[in-house]
Amino acid sequence: MHGIVNRSLQSFLTDTYGREVWVEIARDAGIGVTDVEPFLDYAHRVTPDILAAAAARLSKSQTVILEDFGTYLVSHPNMHRLRRLLRFGGDGFVDFLHSLNDLHDRSRLALPDLDVPRLDLHQVGEGRYRLRMGASHALYVPLAMGVLRAMADDYGALAFLDAPEIAEDGDIRVDIAVLSTSFAPSRGFDLSLRRV
Amino acid sequence: MKGCDATLDLLLPLHARLDAAGRVVHAGPALRRLAGDRALIDRPATCAFRLHRPPDVATAAELFDAAGQPLRLSFAEGVPVQLSGLLALRGEGGILNLALGLSELENLGRYGMTCTDFAPTDMTVDMVYLIEANSAIMDEARQLITRLQAAQAAAEERALTDTLTGLKNRRALDHLLAGRVLDGRSFALTQIDLDLFKEVNDTLGHAAGDHVLQTVARRIQETVREGDHVARIGGDEFVVLFEGISERAEVDGIARRLIARIEDPIVFRGETCRISASLGTTLSQTYASPEPARLLADADAALYRSKGTGRARHSFYDGGPSAVPMFERRRAG
Repeated sequence: MHGIVNRSLQSFLTDTYGREVWVEIARDAGIGVTDVEPFLDYAHRVTPDILAAAAARLSKSQTVILEDFGTYLVSHPNMHRLRRLLRFGGDGFVDFLHSLNDLHDRSRLALPDLDVPRLDLHQVGEGRYRLRMGASHALYVPLAMGVLRAMADDYGALAFLDAPEIAEDGDIRVDIAVLSTSFAPSRGFDLSLRRV
Repeated sequence: MKGCDATLDLLLPLHARLDAAGRVVHAGPALRRLAGDRALIDRPATCAFRLHRPPDVATAAELFDAAGQPLRLSFAEGVPVQLSGLLALRGEGGILNLALGLSELENLGRYGMTCTDFAPTDMTVDMVYLIEANSAIMDEARQLITRLQAAQAAAEERALTDTLTGLKNRRALDHLLAGRVLDGRSFALTQIDLDLFKEVNDTLGHAAGDHVLQTVARRIQETVREGDHVARIGGDEFVVLFEGISERAEVDGIARRLIARIEDPIVFRGETCRISASLGTTLSQTYASPEPARLLADADAALYRSKGTGRARHSFYDGGPSAVPMFERRRAG
């Protein structure tokens, strides 16, 4: 797994629960280090091991942790750069939803070895969309739901996500209903690159 | 022309339409936003914009001559936003299409530009995305390098090996001595100082000196018993910790063999180097509560006595002051 995923997970757990809790989780997970490097490769086991240790330590399901993680990636100030990159997807929430089809290619432009799943978004009716992704990326489903909910807030849209279902072909399916695209003020986005 | 303007506004939001006199008669929506307070309409394009390439374009005729060529230009007033352009003649006038220069892409927001100012077929916003992604990744990479440099410095700080000879270094010896003193087992501590080493360095150079040190290190390691510890603690100063020794005779035998081995000529690039060694030993047994610093100082005092009595000798510490003033050491060495 690309280190940047594990590093973001570390940032999420540290910023949300404190450094001590993260260090305990890292120790419980047996990953051998207390700080993950974003540009080093880690064994595939590391991410599930961190998640399992976090779930045990925090008494939460992995699904809830992953959804919170997705929300964090969009809404936490420390992740403002990632949020900006996501906002390049479009000017409104519906444009953003359509841009999910490009997310895999777009993220490869930035980090060629980052394994972002291919997402497939179709409009299925007025304000209704269906998102599909391969079963091999099941881990990403609750994460994607957290990101989508937070992005809807970011755009000021009102959207509901149905619980994920497994389609006949084994793909995972999430239905999205966009009730309003201007429910609340959108958080700002301009094209100035803010150098930190 | 109205229908034409609407089409071009959609396809080329950053364009201007010029009349036969070279005046701007229409500006696309993105150009209007980019221009802000600057007046464009009814002004000659050569006044609204400053042309950098081709140079010296002042009249409409000169501008129309540049049709089809790559243009570099900027607004004549206010912040000189860098633009590239292409002019196509049309009817009596022309269509001037513009694009933002690369240097402008990092800060489009200050001109109030948003994603919707660019046609979906225009890759400008994707360029901005890439610049931003690249910048974020470079920042992370720089932080990683900083962390790696700190880790490397810390590792060097913790290193226990002398890089020239592969022997233990001073820090390793200190750790070892502290441990031996605590566990109370008897041992002998011998300091070795090379005689005539300075002459080798001075006459044959540092490469020869390094070769001599590496050779001596190997010979000491080969001569002591398995389980004994050899460290290099200074330029040509070595220390051996002999485990489990409480008899002078035992150390003395090894010390004599050490001197003999070190005196074997060392050949470096055809030159023969002849050196010797002076040794001084103290036995842990002779102390009620041995202390590392004291032991090292006493072994050093014994070594100093060997040097003082004519080199290539081995002496034991047998009480008395061990703090030898440095200038006497230097003179003796």
